[in-house]
Amino acid sequence: MRSKLISRFSGAHNRGINPKGFHVSQMKFYIFLLPLAVFMLLPMVFIFSNAFKPADELFAYPPRFFVISPTFDNFTELFSKMSNSGIPVSRYLFNSILITFVTIAASIIVSSTAAYALSKKRFKLKKVLFAINTVALMFVPIAVTIPRFLIIEKIGLMDTFLVHILPGLAMPVGLFLIKQFIDGIPDEVVEAAQVDGATDLWIYWRIILPMIVPAIATIAILTFQATWNNADISALYINSESLKTFAFYLSTLTSTTSTVAGQGIAAAASLIMFLPNLIIFIFLQSQVMSTMSHSGLKG
Amino acid sequence: MQNNMAIERKTGFRNWLDKEGRAYAFLSMYALMFIIFIVVPVLVAFLLSFTTFDTIQLPKFNGLRNYIVLITQDDIFMKYVLPNTIKFAVIVGPGGYILSFLLAWTLTQLPKLPRTLFALILYSPSMTSGVAMTVVWKTLFSGDQTGYLNSLLLGMNIIAEPIQWLQSPQYLMSIMIIVTLWSSMGVGFLAMLAGILEINPEMYEAGSLDGISNRFQEIIYITIPSMKPQMLFGAVMAIVSTFQAGAIGVTLSGGNPTPQYAGQLIVNHVEDYGFLRYEMGYAAAASVVLLLMVLLFTRVSNRLFSSDY
Repeated sequence: MRSKLISRFSGAHNRGINPKGFHVSQMKFYIFLLPLAVFMLLPMVFIFSNAFKPADELFAYPPRFFVISPTFDNFTELFSKMSNSGIPVSRYLFNSILITFVTIAASIIVSSTAAYALSKKRFKLKKVLFAINTVALMFVPIAVTIPRFLIIEKIGLMDTFLVHILPGLAMPVGLFLIKQFIDGIPDEVVEAAQVDGATDLWIYWRIILPMIVPAIATIAILTFQATWNNADISALYINSESLKTFAFYLSTLTSTTSTVAGQGIAAAASLIMFLPNLIIFIFLQSQVMSTMSHSGLKG
Repeated sequence: MQNNMAIERKTGFRNWLDKEGRAYAFLSMYALMFIIFIVVPVLVAFLLSFTTFDTIQLPKFNGLRNYIVLITQDDIFMKYVLPNTIKFAVIVGPGGYILSFLLAWTLTQLPKLPRTLFALILYSPSMTSGVAMTVVWKTLFSGDQTGYLNSLLLGMNIIAEPIQWLQSPQYLMSIMIIVTLWSSMGVGFLAMLAGILEINPEMYEAGSLDGISNRFQEIIYITIPSMKPQMLFGAVMAIVSTFQAGAIGVTLSGGNPTPQYAGQLIVNHVEDYGFLRYEMGYAAAASVVLLLMVLLFTRVSNRLFSSDY
């Protein structure tokens, strides 16, 4: 009791890990973090600022960081524009949105069903398969671009809608995180349902899924980032312009931005690319954090 | 009697179906994608690396020739690509990793609201990786006097003439490293942040009784040993994102090869030989080297953070 009193007066509960409130000793951390945070934020503030700049400000000399008289001109111009091959920009955006939604839904189902089996079912290869997936955590997709290209060509996925979706479903990190999260659910919960005669599908759907919402939110974010920002798939595997994504369209803009109008459009398109990432993460960040506390990897 | 056996066997199979078969059914969709897009490509890369293959004729076996050429005759690989890759990987990998840990630790010393806010700011660059940022970097480092960095330095009289940042071999690598470090507070950073917060506060109290007197000792003797699994997860994520970021030089400079090969990494070398010269066997050998480097890095971090002892 006495020590508690002392600690209250010395502010000890506001020091150390996860303090409850402010304490003078935290000042040094703020002094360290604030300039760094500003530095990290600069490019993102720049995206916002540039997207609303009228043409004369985009090319002003000396260049100004912040916008003075913001306009929506860049956006109206972006959406009134056709690409070189006659596809309206809104088509690319529609493709991106559709592909991202389908991939997220498919990824959640594919990863969580497999994670349920690896966590709660008993079978011979269980340990081996999980170990293989753990090794695959260090898989670097960019290293096998060429064999992937050959395989996708062989199995006839070239220039199809599916080629946007399927490669993203093999996500070792996703399976790993959900599996670790399901491990946190006591086996007794599943066993009790089995005694009552519940089928695996029922258990997965009605018991497991509702209990792993944070892990699912995390997979949704990771899949979103990988899919929404992906320009490579359109560049490598898609020939028909009408199947390409917004990220790809943006990448064509950045390689040919010598004209004044091009810069404004590119700035507006960058903002449209960036904003959904930010909004989704803000909404789901607490779910992500609770998933991450299960992320430990045993060496 | 025989009838009984048959029934028993049938129920045995039923049992298997009940227990094992369903487990495999649940795994099947993931397993299929995993095999098609991860296992087979790695195997194909490995096999192709022992062949000559121009995508038109069938691959021809040539033993270790690709590897021998890569190491002994490919001047560009030995002079630029390999040193560049090692330099980039060593600075961005461990550098970004240590930075992630230090920042995560610093954040845990703050109350929840400011912590969440800072975490969001630090994490957000990693979610924008790729195309959206190219516009920004190209404008900031633009080579003429309207580029932000040039204009700033000209204004402060540090330089007399605008510098072609992204086209000059001198600066390209440094800019690549800064840009990648900027976006390296990703999933691993969040995992370590969560890991530090999970540590039981009694550990620290016990530590102070055992004579731990400052924060630095606390980190070395309590924090890191208590969260080895998260440290390892963070390390693996750092390694993967470092090598995955390999295309950045080409994106920034706008062409493959990069100016005087200054920003050329293995990934770009693979692309150069695979998609520009159609020497698939040779490109595959280079990608196998890349995969082996990832493996090596992961081995080292496994040693460091193994929870076995």
